[in-house]
Amino acid sequence: MLKIKNLHASIDDKEILKGINLEINPGEVHAIMGPNGSGKSTLSSVIAGKEEFDMTQGEIVFEGEELSELDPEERAHKGIFLSFQYPIEIPGVSVTNFMKAAINAHRKANGQEDMRANEMLKLIKEKSEMLEIDRKFLSRSLNEGFSGGEKKRNEIFQMAVLEPKLAILDETDSGLDIDALKVVAKGVNKLRTKDNAVLLITHYQRLLNYIQPDVVHVMVDGKIVKTGGKELALELEEKGYEWLKPEQV
Amino acid sequence: MELKDKLVSSFLAFEEEFGGENDDLHNIRNQAIQDFERIGFPAKKEEAWKYTSLNSVLKHDYSFFPKKDDSLEYRDIKDYLIDNIDTYDLVFVDGVYSSHLSQTTHDKIDVCLMSSALCKAPYKAVVDNYFNKIAPKTGLNALNTAFTREGAYIHIQKNKMADKPIQIINLSTGKESAMLLQPRNLIVVDENSHVQIIERHQSLTDRPVLTNSVTEIFAAKRAIVDYYKIQNDSTSASLIDNTFIEQQSESFCSVHTFSLGGKLTRNNLNFYQKGEHIDSTLKGVTLIEGKQHVDHNTLVHHIEPNCESHQDYKGIFDGNSTGVFNGSVVVEKEAQKTNAYQSNNNVLLTDKATINSKPQLEIFADDVKCSHGCTIGQLDEDALFYLRSRGIPKREAQGLMMYAFANNVLESVKIPELKKRINKLIAEKLGVEVGFSL
Repeated sequence: MLKIKNLHASIDDKEILKGINLEINPGEVHAIMGPNGSGKSTLSSVIAGKEEFDMTQGEIVFEGEELSELDPEERAHKGIFLSFQYPIEIPGVSVTNFMKAAINAHRKANGQEDMRANEMLKLIKEKSEMLEIDRKFLSRSLNEGFSGGEKKRNEIFQMAVLEPKLAILDETDSGLDIDALKVVAKGVNKLRTKDNAVLLITHYQRLLNYIQPDVVHVMVDGKIVKTGGKELALELEEKGYEWLKPEQV
Repeated sequence: MELKDKLVSSFLAFEEEFGGENDDLHNIRNQAIQDFERIGFPAKKEEAWKYTSLNSVLKHDYSFFPKKDDSLEYRDIKDYLIDNIDTYDLVFVDGVYSSHLSQTTHDKIDVCLMSSALCKAPYKAVVDNYFNKIAPKTGLNALNTAFTREGAYIHIQKNKMADKPIQIINLSTGKESAMLLQPRNLIVVDENSHVQIIERHQSLTDRPVLTNSVTEIFAAKRAIVDYYKIQNDSTSASLIDNTFIEQQSESFCSVHTFSLGGKLTRNNLNFYQKGEHIDSTLKGVTLIEGKQHVDHNTLVHHIEPNCESHQDYKGIFDGNSTGVFNGSVVVEKEAQKTNAYQSNNNVLLTDKATINSKPQLEIFADDVKCSHGCTIGQLDEDALFYLRSRGIPKREAQGLMMYAFANNVLESVKIPELKKRINKLIAEKLGVEVGFSL
């Protein structure tokens, strides 16, 4: 589904990603762990198409198509979804209106008519119930005054509505208490199928207790320095990242 | 003939026809035309007019003698009214009061016409006390005073609350090839009283219209005045709005100005705080394109201690449009413990759009909190990326962000139906859909 080869990316001439190789197949859950500043969030932004990063080398191929020339919205239409570490507040635009704009943009890109209002209400209702989101919450301004947990839950709600092929969850666990974490994890698990994939970016092993990864990668200083099974996450929890310096690999 | 000369030479004929028999008023007008003759229209060399030139709007051969036109029906104008809530309406067509389109009252409060208030005995005391008392002696104010004939007269007596909002609608029909309108409004809100007013100017054709409007507002002790100006006129209509507000102790006055269209719009908005514990709020959204021009020239004069003022103006400029924000705050030596806030944020959507933002703070007291902030920029890239990553195309994402940017000024609009209308107007201008709800 996703093949990243020798990816280098920089911002303001500072190289952040220094040769990433990563392959994710349908049905898989991958986790990327690593210390702060290792480039994990940059990787997720580059896959989603954030323009301030320059891809200097390598390629990102999604379902056989090279992504580097595509706008963020075009990547979204192809089925890539990024759950943000810091979701942005948009005052005056309700969660519902925002979702309506997003759903219809996807449909338009796929040559479909706008979704009918009652169909949309049904979809939004169903997904919000799955994530235990209160109805009142949906008419509030997007992310404005939301708690950390509410913001993250809202990200997963958007993901549930848009049903992406590849969901990248960037530090979705940060700022969540254990109950919120369980709700979010439950939502992610419910959305897993044999056809879609999840890439978890996380600093802590905690989330992986609830969303079991198939593959765990360790990223240090812009490179993936170790790849293993889910037991690698436990090892990291115990030993930290110190023992994994790039030059040792 | 230049417009100025034409106006001066027509004054006597105007007095003859519309002046009435009030000697005091006659004297005020005579003085005013002399002042106008001496001062004239503002020129670009004046500091306050540095970025706004009236040349292009003064060149037309304006008619300024109002002519009665009764041909308009309610259905012709209902789009310009908030028509689905109960309101008092003062509708003027080409400067003439239209009784069949209006709804006035004298039941506990007076919502009626300036022309009757100026000549009828029951209003004499109020007119003597308040008419032409706080408008500074500028050429434009003097011109309006000299030709004062019609407008809104609103008097809310002590301890009364206007039971519904009042709409002042000035329409121009384009019957004349070019029309100069000079509405004159007097609003007196006595102690413990409350009023909400919506004002709108609307040209119904593409013929040039210039409106030079003067509004004087007096808020007595503990009075509450909420004033909303909707400026969404055609691109051949220009407006110079001169609004002056005097507040007594513990009064709350707010003016929201929504500048969404028109050829040239200049808002001169002055607040004078004549007591303690006063709150003055000035807010505005400017959203223009093409060659439109909007200039906000504000003054808050803090004269007594323990008062507050809040200024928040947001502007979005597309195409070749130009904006000016010139916001003055004066804090006198006696006005200790003043809290004065001012912010002016602007987004320029093209390389050709411009904004000149100039905060002016003159503070003579030492124990005050005054802040001002001005930003001019493009839209936040991170927020734009967030929206686009959800599949929303760039243009639509920009629209949503501009909507969000302008939206917080609407928070303080206290008439829900008005808020809904303005929201809709702004959303339409930005090409976004926000009306969907569960």
